Amino acid sequence: MPELNTSSLPDLIFTVLFFFMMVTSMRDVTVNLEIKTPVGGSEIEKLERKSLVSHIYIGPPSKDYRATLGSAPRIQLNEFFATPDAVRDFVHAERESMFEKDKPFMKMSLKIDQNVHMGIVTDVKQELRKAKAQNVVYSATKDDKRK
Amino acid sequence: MGKGKRKVPGLNQSSTADISFILLIFFLVTTSMDTDSGLPRRLPDWNPDEIEQEVKVKERNVMTVQVNKFNEIHVKNGVINRSIDISELKEIAKYFIANPDNNPDLPAFEDYEIEGYGVVQTTVKHVIALQTDRDTNYDVYFQVQHELTKAYSELRDEWAQKTFGKKYAQCDEKTEQPVVRGYYSNKISESEPRQYGTAQ
Repeated sequence: MPELNTSSLPDLIFTVLFFFMMVTSMRDVTVNLEIKTPVGGSEIEKLERKSLVSHIYIGPPSKDYRATLGSAPRIQLNEFFATPDAVRDFVHAERESMFEKDKPFMKMSLKIDQNVHMGIVTDVKQELRKAKAQNVVYSATKDDKRK
Repeated sequence: MGKGKRKVPGLNQSSTADISFILLIFFLVTTSMDTDSGLPRRLPDWNPDEIEQEVKVKERNVMTVQVNKFNEIHVKNGVINRSIDISELKEIAKYFIANPDNNPDLPAFEDYEIEGYGVVQTTVKHVIALQTDRDTNYDVYFQVQHELTKAYSELRDEWAQKTFGKKYAQCDEKTEQPVVRGYYSNKISESEPRQYGTAQ
């Protein structure tokens, strides 16, 4: 029986490898909060152009942090826990890191846990308005089955 | 020592596959193909002088949706003033926005010029005011936003079907969609949270 010619195997693997290299976005932030975003239906849109999107996380701290921080909802910007006042500086910093032509299209993705109360959310929203970062996306999971 | 015609031995490539396999597995593991999705919104401009000023609008043009700290939804407009279930909200909102029966208690039809289309009669001045309490649950707030958005997109679909013979999503992005959006433009206003459900 003739042996199977495996000489093109590396090329095949490389092709698959390149695909994954392309689509990979290394997760740059570890979220120390437990966030379960709300579930929506038909109105949920996919976010395109990730380079325009900055994230603000709001939710109760994850298990490791609960001993020190309690379970009251916290805001996380990049790696750090923050207060609503810090949102404005965060927006400015994020905006500075963008290309000039992209700045007006900056989007803030608000990843907020379902059980958070509106108080903290409103505080953040007011800060975003002050910082002129008015394009927000209420991050949510899409349920295709829901009408 | 042999002269000249020595054959260069081929590089042993049998391990290339293994190496690329390892790389492949690495990227497979680290890849998070999480496509972020959500409900896009535009927050109103921040104008410190205008915070206390309530914009004067005719009563018939306003629908208030209040979500109190017990997560109960209360809707008030010209024809309805009661607590509702979230499942009713979409139809109530659609009836309010479109005012199909030309009800004098619901938003008035006014001439409105849509760029690139012409003057239309639409309820351009209607406002949906969404009010929440600081203790309102975010999920309820989100679902209310979702239902209101759905009311708009269903109305847009209906109007696009009537006018252009196709759904909003199939309309041309540059020319037709802005017209449809102009006819039924999103007028959800979010005011500051107040303490509802407590002594007022």
